[in-house]
Amino acid sequence: MITVDSAGADGTPLPRRIPRSSIRGRLTATLLGFGMVALATCALAPLVGTTPISLTRALDPAIPFEQNVDAQIFFVARLPRVLAGALVGSALAAAGVVFQAMLRNPLATPFTLGVSAGASLGAMLVIVFGGALTFGSFSTVPAASLAGAAAATAVVYWLATRHGHAISTSVLLLAGVTLNSFLSAIIMFVQYLADFAQVYRAARWIMGDLDIGGYDTLIASLPLVIAAFALFAWLPSSLNLLSVDKDAAAARGVDVPRAQRLAFFSASLATSAAVSLAGPIGFVGIVVPHLVRLLVGVDHRIVLPASALFGAAFLVACDLVARTILSPVEIPVGIVTAMIGGPFFLWLLVRKS
Amino acid sequence: MASRTQKLIALVAVALAVFLLGTSLAQSREGGAGPGRIVSLVPAITEMLFAIGAGPQVVAVSSYDEFPAEVKALPKVGALLDPDTERILALRPDLVVVYGSQSDLQTQLERAHLRTFSYRHGGIATTLGTIRDIGVATGHRKESSDLVSSLQARLDAVRDRVKGRTRPRVVLVFERQAGTLREVYASGGVGFLHEMLDVAGGTNVFADVARESVQPSIETLLARAPDVILEVRASGLIEKTGADDADAWSALSSVPAVKNRRVHLLRGDYLVVPGPRLAMATEAFARALHPETFK
Repeated sequence: MITVDSAGADGTPLPRRIPRSSIRGRLTATLLGFGMVALATCALAPLVGTTPISLTRALDPAIPFEQNVDAQIFFVARLPRVLAGALVGSALAAAGVVFQAMLRNPLATPFTLGVSAGASLGAMLVIVFGGALTFGSFSTVPAASLAGAAAATAVVYWLATRHGHAISTSVLLLAGVTLNSFLSAIIMFVQYLADFAQVYRAARWIMGDLDIGGYDTLIASLPLVIAAFALFAWLPSSLNLLSVDKDAAAARGVDVPRAQRLAFFSASLATSAAVSLAGPIGFVGIVVPHLVRLLVGVDHRIVLPASALFGAAFLVACDLVARTILSPVEIPVGIVTAMIGGPFFLWLLVRKS
Repeated sequence: MASRTQKLIALVAVALAVFLLGTSLAQSREGGAGPGRIVSLVPAITEMLFAIGAGPQVVAVSSYDEFPAEVKALPKVGALLDPDTERILALRPDLVVVYGSQSDLQTQLERAHLRTFSYRHGGIATTLGTIRDIGVATGHRKESSDLVSSLQARLDAVRDRVKGRTRPRVVLVFERQAGTLREVYASGGVGFLHEMLDVAGGTNVFADVARESVQPSIETLLARAPDVILEVRASGLIEKTGADDADAWSALSSVPAVKNRRVHLLRGDYLVVPGPRLAMATEAFARALHPETFK
């Protein structure tokens, strides 16, 4: 079984085009399976937590909401958190699949091209300098991180398309990695100018947090994620060819520049939305796609939706661990994903070689 | 045999005499005018120095120092993470106050034969003990022990005043993302904030967490259901916290503090500095927790 999709460079044969009718059955079965896992996780997670609650009491309309602690824990604390985990997890996992295929690099993550560093810098600037800015009940941190992510995406795209209208993946990769380090240096500089509380808050933001305490920010990022997923729907067939070889893809009728642009912007959009909602939660975008490929093979028509579903389940489960294991103290969810994801990825690496 | 014993006794006596003379000399030096040039890298200690009358001896402070107003005119020589060793040495101080974690700086200064005074934040007892110690180290023994007695008396007065009152269960929040309930930081069951809350007649809902700060999730805040939410903001480093900002708490309508409109916002850097103003901060806490007692 091919476990990673960097096959083109070392001459692995192209995956044959599988006729639509035969894939349909597999797709249905896979999506049903992963869909059940995601649904079960999302349904169970709000029932579990540090405080035991009674679901019947939580849903009892006879008790006024102001007096119903169980209902508040369920609807104000846990449900938004689980939904945010599902949204962010699926966005990051799907973006990971797209970036890995497009860059023909199994080590690519949603954060490889500087999106997360841009978002972090945006968030940091607001935390350190823009504390006085609030608009009603909205915090400016998500908006600023979204702006930072968009700016980083634009810069990387501009650099990668300077010499012609097609994206050069090697320039994209180099520009992204360089931008990442450059922005990290600026982040360090901004942190140096900040006071302790701000540095701590900024560091905490980078570890990721899904405890959003309401539906406002969730609803604000939903359109972005939906738009990104709608664009993803166009991608799988061209990703199958792009992930192996650009020229072969062109020979088979793929409009390579257009497919690359679509892949780059949709994955960047999904990543930006996820990061602005919950901070740059690591490892979801690399572990989930690889694990899914291990289970279902390399066809992106199956890998992409399956990763989106499994990413949701994975992050919701990691957050469940994060909020319960050291109660009443909580571990940042990014630490949990890294603790689970890091060793898993190393195991994958050793197993492969 | 006898002569050997006598020699030994004589030797011990001489050693003892030298030792006693040495310590008495050292003490007389310490008890005199004290160091004439002090550099303080710890804002809480700067406040103590000025409060015990050692202010005129302070020649430089840290970049975070803002109180008392006199420090604004003094040179700033870095802070916890970025002390400017060269400038500190150039100021030719005879006492440098450093934070406990600045061990590299301390070694460096000691190599230059400079006296250092190392300090770490702790509880109220640490603050009072430090005032006493810094008084001794700077030749203001009397003033510092007077200050400690008066602070102790004020704290005792607060404790007496709230004695017998129902102690509300309190969450003491000192950091929060403006406009939302994200990144809430509250006092755990260790440290001066927790102890001040205790003196002021409140029961910390996070008393069981053996840390200085806790980042509670919204679920934990709902489950602990505090009677009072006490938010403190050091005015120097804040975000706008107006009426609309306190509204963020209204999402937790089942929490008694929210239901009974007992969300209090206190502002001022004196609330979060473990220095001579901690009695004032404790009084402010007590007024917020027991308004009926302080009419």
